[in-house]
Amino acid sequence: MSESGSIFSLALGLVLSGDAELWSIIALSLRVSLTAVALACLIGLPLGAFLAVVRFPGRGAAVALLNAFMGLPPVVVGLFVYLMLSRSGPLGVFGLLYTPAAMIVAQTILVTPLIAALARQSLADLHGEYDELFRSLGLSTGATIAALIWDGRYSLSTAALAGFGRAIAEVGAVIIVGGNIEHVTRVMTTTIALETSKGNLALAMALGLILIALALGVNAAVLALNRTARRLAYA
Amino acid sequence: MLKPPDDGKARAVADRASIFPLEVSRLSFSDRGRTLIDDVSFRMEGRGITILMGANGAGKSLLMRLLHGLLQPTSGTITWGGRPLDVEVRARQAMVFQRPTMLRRSAEDNLRFVLGHLPGPAQDARVEELLADAKLEHIRKTPARLLSGGEQQRLAIARARATDPDVLFLDEPSASFDPASTFAIEELIRRVHADGTKIILITHNVGQARRLADDVVFVSRGRIDTHQPAAEFFAKPRSRTARAYLEGRLDLDALDYL
Ligand SMILES: Nc1ncnc2c1ncn2[C@@H]1O[C@H](COP(=O)(O)OP(=O)(O)OP(=O)(O)O)[C@@H](O)[C@H]1O
Ligand SMILES: [Mg+2]
Repeated sequence: MSESGSIFSLALGLVLSGDAELWSIIALSLRVSLTAVALACLIGLPLGAFLAVVRFPGRGAAVALLNAFMGLPPVVVGLFVYLMLSRSGPLGVFGLLYTPAAMIVAQTILVTPLIAALARQSLADLHGEYDELFRSLGLSTGATIAALIWDGRYSLSTAALAGFGRAIAEVGAVIIVGGNIEHVTRVMTTTIALETSKGNLALAMALGLILIALALGVNAAVLALNRTARRLAYA
Repeated sequence: MLKPPDDGKARAVADRASIFPLEVSRLSFSDRGRTLIDDVSFRMEGRGITILMGANGAGKSLLMRLLHGLLQPTSGTITWGGRPLDVEVRARQAMVFQRPTMLRRSAEDNLRFVLGHLPGPAQDARVEELLADAKLEHIRKTPARLLSGGEQQRLAIARARATDPDVLFLDEPSASFDPASTFAIEELIRRVHADGTKIILITHNVGQARRLADDVVFVSRGRIDTHQPAAEFFAKPRSRTARAYLEGRLDLDALDYL
């Protein structure tokens, strides 16, 4: 009890003292996951909107596949990206393995299906409401998708936050393609895994605290977004 | 009451008229074995305000959706000015639905949404004009979905008008509104009509029909019972069911749902 208590106060001290190593790890984590989520939104939102709007043969299967991919195991994604980027892989020439870029690629693949599936769900409802008006106006598919994404912005921000929550907390993919190299590819989750196994619990705990704070922050943001959306009748 | 188009924006009468006549031939629509529109044929010219009347469930909204091309007929043909009902024809028409669809944007941005083709200053000017005519200037920044029913309906009409349609379909635009709101909506409809737009409107409000109609189409059980000039229809409807409807009597044969 007292041991874990002292670890906790050591961890808190690390966080509050602005420890350089700690903060460089946090900064890299944020950079990787935020970039991945931004890319995943660029791909996932139009993809989800497209699946919500356009009827084509095989659409049901595509949606089912997307929903299944929502729960992709991070280690499997990591392995896949590893095979693609490794020196003998098809994209090996770019030399991206064990760089933050590789981690961004892996997390983008991990969260794109999640964001696309959540976007499809909420935009399908919105499209049901808007469909007759848009057809009456003779709106093109592109314009329809753009309007749906804009009018669904609150629920889509929630989807993006869910994607960020998944990206920042996963360890399996980034540890495989990033390699957990000190000062280069060490992010919060991989550091926690390593330092815990080395017995350096204070640093691990400090990072754990930051992760929990981020999770709480994400939830608070979702709550605030939902409340604003409801107040403006934009939900 | 009717003002000539005064803003110079309304398109030339001849240009508008090219979408007419509307010719409907042997139109039917069935769903799950029920024939909901039953072998309807008629012809309509491009002037005036045409009112569709008939009991609940008679098929008025359905007929309107078919005429606007939102539904595909089971059989029969619809042509506008000799052309089949394609996207281009539909783009020259606008529809205000029984429950208006409000975009999740401010009242003003609901108008700008359909005015994207106009450059900045022209768009601003048009928005001002439309807001003023719909008496919505004071709530222009309010999210449209927070507006009252009457305000939403006026905004929906203003938005439809913004597309400068040759034909405007209105499905019960003032159902359940108080007399003042109903009056405001009728004024707005007259303004759109004064732009040179053909109005096709569904209402159960006999007073409103008398005030607005040039001609009346009476729909009963998926068929057109009678299509008469308004004065004639209200004095001497050519259909027993319409007479019963106007007198507020129940004509049990005409009601599907009893
Ligand atoms: N898109 C549709 N597909 C299948 N059936 C429909 C569709 N729209 C309406 N119906 C059915 O067609 C019948 C006529 O409906 P419609 O909405 O045209 O009635 P209405 O004359 O507008 O009645 P009201 O005055 O109550 O609005 C109803 O029985 C309805 O259930
Ligand atoms: Mg109806």
